[in-house]
Amino acid sequence: MPLVAIVGNPNAGKTTLFNTLTGSHQKVANFPGVTVEKVSSFLKLGGRTVECLDVPGLYSLEPISTDEEVAVDVLRGRGYGARKPDLLVCVVNAANLERNLFFVSQVAEAGFPLVVALTMTDILSNQGQVCDANKLSNMLGVDVVPVIGHKGRGLAELLEAIDRNLENPKIPSAEFGFPLSLETKVAGLRERLARVGLDYTKAEIRRALLTPGSDLENALRDMPELKEAFDTAVKDLAEEGMQSSVEVASRYQWAAMVTKAVMSDKGKAQSRTTSDKLDYVLTHRFFGLVIFLAVMYLTFQAIYTFARPLMDGMTAAFSWLGNAVGSHLEGVPILKSLVVDGLINGVGTMLTFLPQILILFLFISVLEGTGYLARAAFLMDRLLGWCGLSGRAFIPLLSSFACAIPGIMAARVMPDAKSRLATIMVAPLMSCSARLPVYLLLIGAFVEPKYGPGWAGFTLFAMHLLGLLVAIPIVFVLNKGIIKGKRLPFLLELPPYQMPKWRDVWLAMYFRGKVFVNTAGTIIVVMSVIIWALSFFPRSNEAAQQYRNQYVATHTGAKPADADKYVQEQQLAHSYLGTFGRTIEPVFLPAGFDWRITTSILSAFPARETVVPSLGIIFSLGEGQEKDSTDLRRALNTATWPDGKPLLTPWTAIGLMVFFALCAQCMATLATVKRETNSWKWAVFMFVYMTTLAYLAAVGVHQVSKFFGG
Amino acid sequence: MINVAAPTMRFNQVRKGMKARVVKMKSNSDMLKRLQEMGLTEGTVFTVNKVAPFGDPVEITVRGYRLCLRKNETDGLEIEVAE
Repeated sequence: MPLVAIVGNPNAGKTTLFNTLTGSHQKVANFPGVTVEKVSSFLKLGGRTVECLDVPGLYSLEPISTDEEVAVDVLRGRGYGARKPDLLVCVVNAANLERNLFFVSQVAEAGFPLVVALTMTDILSNQGQVCDANKLSNMLGVDVVPVIGHKGRGLAELLEAIDRNLENPKIPSAEFGFPLSLETKVAGLRERLARVGLDYTKAEIRRALLTPGSDLENALRDMPELKEAFDTAVKDLAEEGMQSSVEVASRYQWAAMVTKAVMSDKGKAQSRTTSDKLDYVLTHRFFGLVIFLAVMYLTFQAIYTFARPLMDGMTAAFSWLGNAVGSHLEGVPILKSLVVDGLINGVGTMLTFLPQILILFLFISVLEGTGYLARAAFLMDRLLGWCGLSGRAFIPLLSSFACAIPGIMAARVMPDAKSRLATIMVAPLMSCSARLPVYLLLIGAFVEPKYGPGWAGFTLFAMHLLGLLVAIPIVFVLNKGIIKGKRLPFLLELPPYQMPKWRDVWLAMYFRGKVFVNTAGTIIVVMSVIIWALSFFPRSNEAAQQYRNQYVATHTGAKPADADKYVQEQQLAHSYLGTFGRTIEPVFLPAGFDWRITTSILSAFPARETVVPSLGIIFSLGEGQEKDSTDLRRALNTATWPDGKPLLTPWTAIGLMVFFALCAQCMATLATVKRETNSWKWAVFMFVYMTTLAYLAAVGVHQVSKFFGG
Repeated sequence: MINVAAPTMRFNQVRKGMKARVVKMKSNSDMLKRLQEMGLTEGTVFTVNKVAPFGDPVEITVRGYRLCLRKNETDGLEIEVAE
């Protein structure tokens, strides 16, 4: 089956075109061993089916990073099942023709049949210009098809051109104005290399002649005759004063010439486009920042306003489902508990995350589609660059304040692998919404009653700030020692503002949602069942009766409901999870936690919010406790150690919150990190560094407060 | 054509509203190579549109498109003011 590779500059409309051609039938994976996304699909042309690969956007075929290397390798026939493409479709942005033509000149020399898809002609029109596609086609010597991707215009012609060029492949033969003496040497060497069976493109030979230390030069070491011819050519060029910059300079001279020839003004040319006018305000020193903060605030408000009701609705629905199914399984209590408390609870927890995640991706995709995301990166780059990240990390990190999973997935857009990885590694430190129930419970129980709502609010704010502050030195350490490699320079193109392409938005939401359900979702369900099993077994009716008798004996006039709660508490305490919690109690004693707190922390591995209902059970309040439950607050306040001293002081409670703020408990996040980094190494490292940090911080808070008699 | 009357300066000395020309790339670093590939070749004229609120990056228009780059990453890029 023929392979068609779609290449082009970033912001040329490549993804929009690919989405229009292939819709939701895309297979998204990683190139092996790296974190570069491989997006492929199948296209039905006139008489045949072809495989279609969306190659990541490139500014040049000379890579300066591993990510770019991976993308360019597709053209070298490496990295995509050792297959070379049969045809290249180069997406060219008509509204940015000169720079795009530079890339076209490289692609045209790569040795593949080529079809050019000319996009953004509508934007060009708005700018008062028009591009003559036929003239461009003649000058390039390849088919040039204008397309308006999201509207589907020109698609039939494009598919027809692809079909035609697969049928009768032609390698383009345009000339790009390189100096004659250089080109003669290139042609001569090419012929000599071909005679001994070595096939190099003109571009490769040209580059080898101008820049020492190339692969080609090394390959000639064992061929003295060819090496001599090569060295002579290099010497001659040096004597003529030929600089290595002549290659890029010649390409751009050609690009400028062609652009001038095919572009013409249509109607009134605008001196200041709508984009310019918008940007005057949106990237203004002061107003730009203010509007930016407002947009971010609105995004968050929307997430909580729209997502909350959906999430509450889903929780209620799953509760109802659990009860309905449970009532049919009364006869088999173990199976009933497994299905209701394990499976339905697990799936329900996973699905209640989904609205938040989809809404986040909706906002991210819309902001990206309009072009505003680039402006946000521009505004924030100084703040983030100082820490060792880049402006592009802002949206991923901000999203992580809602949930780290979409934040980590959003980090994909960062072209620099080093800061992308650093961003992913600190994203979970941003206090996500799942930690909120813990904060609200503990602040409501320990801070507000004693210190009032003012301090309560401040503590909540401080908890969110904590993650941010801790992230800064972590990024430094990661960049200095732990993450290898050099950082890419920061280069950001500001595309003109556009209406978002809704198909691209829905597809982004669909694919990312799918990834969430498959990666994070599976883990949540699996962990829910595991934690359920560990907190359920061993269980026996005899033991339950024993606990009941114990309770009735020590509490005269006890109500049956209270006895039930006591039984539940004892069952959890004697389960595998509870026994494990009691066994490792000494580890958490320095932080001021007893085995009940420890067991509840352990139960939070599937999802952090589970700690609240767990605390409810373990403090004998039965199931279904919520974060604002006054019963639970009172229970926590009055809980004591065996010797009668209060279990949790306000500072120990803060220590517990700090533990939650910094600990990597969320298995779903770790699973997402594993998928996005394409290895277990970083997920494990994240777990180790965050949990250690959380533990040391909680111990620190408790010990320091004890020292000061707090 | 080099304007002999105008002194060459480093890129990180640009100001908002300035119109400038690339004079020379003093090294072969990846950044300078990439800047050339993005259109900032010797002799190319560009305009500085604005500077980000905290002083960096700067936004320029070159060859008809808008590019943001950090002043502190442009070591070796020599420019001169153009008319």
